Amino acid sequence: MSSTRPVISVRDIGNRFGTQVVHDGVSFDVYHGEIFGIVGGSGSGKSVLLKTMLGLLQPTAGSVEIEGREITRMAGRELREVKRRYGVTFQHGALFTSLTVAENVTLPVAEAMDLEEAVLARLVELRLRMVGLPLDAAAKYPAQLSGGMIKRVALARALALDPALLFLDEPTAGLDPIAAAAFDDLVLYLRKTLHLTVVMVTHDLDTLSRTCDRVAVLVDRKAVVDTLEGIVANDHPWIREYFHGVRGRQMAAKQEDERGA
Amino acid sequence: MDFVAEIDEAGSRLRLEGGCRMADAPVLQVQLQRLVTAPPGSLTIDVSSAGAFDIGPAWLLRDVIEAVAARGTVIQFVGRRPEHFAYLDELVARAGPGLSARAGEPETGWLVAFGRHVVERVQSYYEAFSFGGRVLSTATTAWTSLKRLRVASVVRHVHETGVQAIPVVAVIAFLISVIAGYIGAQQLRPYGAEIYTVDLVALGVLRELGVLLTAIMVAGRTGSAYAAELGVMKLNDEVDALESMGLNPYEVLVLPRVLGLVIALPLLTVVADAMGLAGGALLTWYLLDLPWPQFFMRLDAAIADTTFWAGMVKAPIFGLLIALTGTLRGLQVRESSRELGRLTTVAVVQSIFLVIFADALFAVFFLEIDF
Repeated sequence: MSSTRPVISVRDIGNRFGTQVVHDGVSFDVYHGEIFGIVGGSGSGKSVLLKTMLGLLQPTAGSVEIEGREITRMAGRELREVKRRYGVTFQHGALFTSLTVAENVTLPVAEAMDLEEAVLARLVELRLRMVGLPLDAAAKYPAQLSGGMIKRVALARALALDPALLFLDEPTAGLDPIAAAAFDDLVLYLRKTLHLTVVMVTHDLDTLSRTCDRVAVLVDRKAVVDTLEGIVANDHPWIREYFHGVRGRQMAAKQEDERGA
Repeated sequence: MDFVAEIDEAGSRLRLEGGCRMADAPVLQVQLQRLVTAPPGSLTIDVSSAGAFDIGPAWLLRDVIEAVAARGTVIQFVGRRPEHFAYLDELVARAGPGLSARAGEPETGWLVAFGRHVVERVQSYYEAFSFGGRVLSTATTAWTSLKRLRVASVVRHVHETGVQAIPVVAVIAFLISVIAGYIGAQQLRPYGAEIYTVDLVALGVLRELGVLLTAIMVAGRTGSAYAAELGVMKLNDEVDALESMGLNPYEVLVLPRVLGLVIALPLLTVVADAMGLAGGALLTWYLLDLPWPQFFMRLDAAIADTTFWAGMVKAPIFGLLIALTGTLRGLQVRESSRELGRLTTVAVVQSIFLVIFADALFAVFFLEIDF
C-alpha cells in the first residue's frame, strides 16, 4: 500500500437533518499508519461524522473513500466487504450483553467464515492476549466486567477480523487516568506492531496529546485539520477555549514538565 | 495473490503461497488439522513464496507448530518466518499460561437438577409474595395523601392502558360474540330454539367472554409493556436513581401502574360487554330476522340482575393480577437484554395463566353460592 495515498478520504461532507445543518463541507485525509483524532464540542456532529465514515449514514453531500473505494454510494455486498476491512469500538462498548466475552469476540469471525470450535477458542485466546485481558475473562458476561475491561473486550472484538483500520469512539471516556493511559499505550503498541490506521473520536486531552499524530477539530460545521501543535496555536475562539481553558492549561503544563524532566 | 496451502503425502512439507488474510483462515485450518494428526518426524515449512500474514492465521500456524514440535517433530523453515511470530512470542511470554480447559462444568445429574428446580421455585414464590406484600404495604400508607397516590401518574396509566385499548378490545369483543352467536344459532335451529341464541350470547358475553377476552388482550398489551418499561429502567439504573433520591420505587413506579390497570380493566370490560351485545343483536337480526326491540326484550328476560356483575366483579381482580405480574417481572430484570426479553415473555404468559386460573376459581365459587 502506498503511503502517499490516503486510507480514508473525506471530501466536502454535508449533513443536515431537516433545517439543522450539522456539517457543511467537512474534508480531510487520513494516511496509512496514522492515529487521527476527531475533536468537537457537544453537538458538533462527531458521532454523525463517524457514522458517515463507517457507511452507516448516507451524507447529504460529499463523499467518503476508504482505501480508494467510495463508500457513500455503495450498498449491499460491496459495502459489507469494505466493512470487513475496519473494526469499530463504540463509546459504551456495545458488547452483546447476552453473550459471553468469548462469544462476543468470535461473533464477527464465526459469522464471516466457517471455523471449528477449537480454532475459534484459540482465536479468543489470541485476541484477549492482544488487548491485555486475563484469559479467565473469556467465560464472563459483560455485566460482570469493569469499565476498562469492557473497552478492552470491545477492542478485541473490533480486532477479530484483523482489520487494517480501526475506529474508536471515545475509547477512554469513563476510565480512570491509569486505565486510560494503559489503553493509550495499547493503541500505540497495536499501531506500531500491526501497522494499523486509527481514527478516534475523543474528548480526553491526555489521550489526544499522547497518541494522535493529527487532529481534526469540528467547528462551525467544518473541520480544522492540523498537527496537535498547529491546532493548539490556532486562534479560533472555540479552539482556544478548548485547549487553553483550565483543563487545556493543565495539559500544557504537564507537557512542559515532561519536557523539563 | 490468492492464498494457497499445500501438504505433501507424507505430511512432512507444508508449502504456503501468497498473503494469508483472516478470510483465508478456513483454508489454513483444513491443512493444519492434517499436520496435527500426522505422525512425528520432520516438517519443512516453505514460506519462501508466502506474502504477509494477518495476526489471526499467523497465530493458528504458530499454535500448530508448537503442538507438533512438542511431540518431537523437527521443524525447519524455508524462507523467513512470518513477521508477526516475534510479536506473538512476545504476547505469550508476557502473559502466563494459555487458556485453561473449561473451568468446573456445573454439576449435572437428575437429583441436582431437581433440587435446583425446587429451590428456584420456592424462591420465586417467595419473591412473588413478598412483592405483593410490599405493594400492599405501600398502598396502605400511600392511601393517606393524594400526593403520594400520584393521581396524575395513575390517570396517565388509565389513559394508556384503558382509553387507548378501546378500539382493539371493542373489535375483538364484537367479533367473538358474532362467532359464538353464529355457531349457537346453527346448533339451536333444528330444535326451533333459535331465539335462545340471544340467551347464549348475553350470558356468555356478560358473565365470561367480555371480561376474559379483555383481560387476555390487556395481559398481552399492558403486561408486556409494564415488564419492558420497568426492565429498561432497571437496566439503566433508573430504579437505583429513584431510590437514591429517597423515593420508593414501589410508590412511584408500581402502585400507579397497578391502580391504573385496576381502574382501566373494569371500564374496558363495560365497553367489551356493550360491543358483545351489539354483535349479538346484529347477528340475530341478520341471521334470524329478529328485530332489535325483540332482541332487547328477550335479553331482558334472559339475564338476571346479577349477570352483569358476575362478570364485572372479576375485572379489577384480573387487572390486579396482570399489573402485579408485569411490574414484578420488570423489576426482576438485571444485567442483560436477554433477561428483559425473557421476563417480558414470562410476564405475559403468567398473567394470562393467572387470569384464566382465577376465572376458573370464580366459576366454581359462583356455582357454589348460586350467583
